[in-house]
Amino acid sequence: MSYVIGLKCKECGHRVPVSPVHVCQACFGPYEVEYDYAAMKGKVTRESIAAGPKSLWRYKDFLPVAEPKTGFFSGFTPFRKAVRLGKELGCSDLWIKDDSCNYPTYSYKERVVSVAISKAIEFGFDTVGCASTGNLANSTAAHAAMAGLRCYVMIPHDLEQGKVLGSLIFGPTMVRIRGTYDDVNRLCTEIADKYGWAIVNVNLRPYYTEGAKTYGFEIAEQFGWRLPQHTVVPTAGGTILPKIYKAYREFIELGLVEDNGPKIYSAQAAGCNPVVKAIHKGIDIIEPQKPNTIAKSIAIGNPADGYYVWHAVKDSGGWGESATDPEIVAAIKLLARTEGIWTEPAGGTTLAVAMKLIQQGRIPKNESIVVSITGNGLKTLEAVQNDLVQPEAIEAKISEFDELLARQGSQNLSEAKAADRASRKPVSVI
Amino acid sequence: MSIKVRIPSPLRNYTQGADVVEVAGTTVGEVLNGLKDKASGIETRLFKGPNQLNRFVNVYLNDEDIRFLKNLETPVKAGDELSIIPAIAGGKDF
Repeated sequence: MSYVIGLKCKECGHRVPVSPVHVCQACFGPYEVEYDYAAMKGKVTRESIAAGPKSLWRYKDFLPVAEPKTGFFSGFTPFRKAVRLGKELGCSDLWIKDDSCNYPTYSYKERVVSVAISKAIEFGFDTVGCASTGNLANSTAAHAAMAGLRCYVMIPHDLEQGKVLGSLIFGPTMVRIRGTYDDVNRLCTEIADKYGWAIVNVNLRPYYTEGAKTYGFEIAEQFGWRLPQHTVVPTAGGTILPKIYKAYREFIELGLVEDNGPKIYSAQAAGCNPVVKAIHKGIDIIEPQKPNTIAKSIAIGNPADGYYVWHAVKDSGGWGESATDPEIVAAIKLLARTEGIWTEPAGGTTLAVAMKLIQQGRIPKNESIVVSITGNGLKTLEAVQNDLVQPEAIEAKISEFDELLARQGSQNLSEAKAADRASRKPVSVI
Repeated sequence: MSIKVRIPSPLRNYTQGADVVEVAGTTVGEVLNGLKDKASGIETRLFKGPNQLNRFVNVYLNDEDIRFLKNLETPVKAGDELSIIPAIAGGKDF
């Protein structure tokens, strides 16, 4: 059964029935799905959730979908204690929520797209689309292919090849727009208006964003039905951070976890940090920026949900920081070297910012910390290709191998010492 | 001198369904304030107070967000086009 009451404007409280609308007719504010929590109490339990499928649909009671149509294998990604990384950072209770292996296109976007496309089918749309910095396009194209829907993906013209091919392979119509993500997003608003398609992150946005809650639900369940004290989350358009916070609050509301005052932290790239700047200023007005960072997937200079990120961070008692491009690359390499996880620059940003917050003492080293990894490094080879040395080729002779090993032995020793020194050097704070 | 203002669908009930309205003015603020003569009631959707836009209203002069220009003080000239766009975000999202 569904516990959805309808849509309610986050700003003025105006209510409308469930329909493919996203902007409040009364005040232009965003609509959000409203649930009947009173009816859920006692019915939605740890046991009822645990009895569900091992996918994001185990949280169906918290999602605005009558019948799932896609995403049957998405979500329920690994949640791991990062022992070796924790040792490097001096943290005793450090965890990774790893959506770099989310099925089928390796990012957190499977969560929002599974909900949005199920809803699009429910509403009777035959064409779906999105405005994307890459990951969303990959996911929308794949799920549309699975569901047999026509698909249009709109992206900035200068994305990484992995993200471009990673969409094209599924056969959507891809439109590359000369401009930034913000230009793409603005165009998609007009396209949704004019063509009546289901643009998942535009006119299906109230449903789409709800899917992001499942990232937070999984953290809570996989952590043993409790909440981490500190959760560090990347911020681009501003979808996932407020929804993780909402997920925690919903579990608290239903008595599924204890309220330990979980704090949420926003991570942005220094080359695109409108929300973090506003957090530092202490004013909830997000000044738009022109992005300039290798973290393209989070290069959104005009995040409309930035306002809600600001408030979730403040309300929870968290904070925000940004990381420079070199810090982002260093963090990507550190995570790979210590935990065997290859994340994209968005994940590097999140880890680099977590390290800063730990160094600043804002996050105590002995408390539970979750670093949110939301994307996969295999899609963004460009980000690290200049930082990794291509190995030399040798003939298939044992003598050449012996020589190489001897050469590298002395070299590796000095490199290892240098790397060791570098990893202990404190990260500078912007 | 009048310039074209593009109206998004949620606001077209104020313009009898028109998606473009021509309004006279020398700055973005003047043009948006002048809209109410042709679309009575729209001003309450656009403005929070005198010369202060609602948080969820983004305004573009040609292709540029007016917050990168001089906001409501930005001068306009013949041939310019203003677009009113609901502020919604996406992409990563995070």
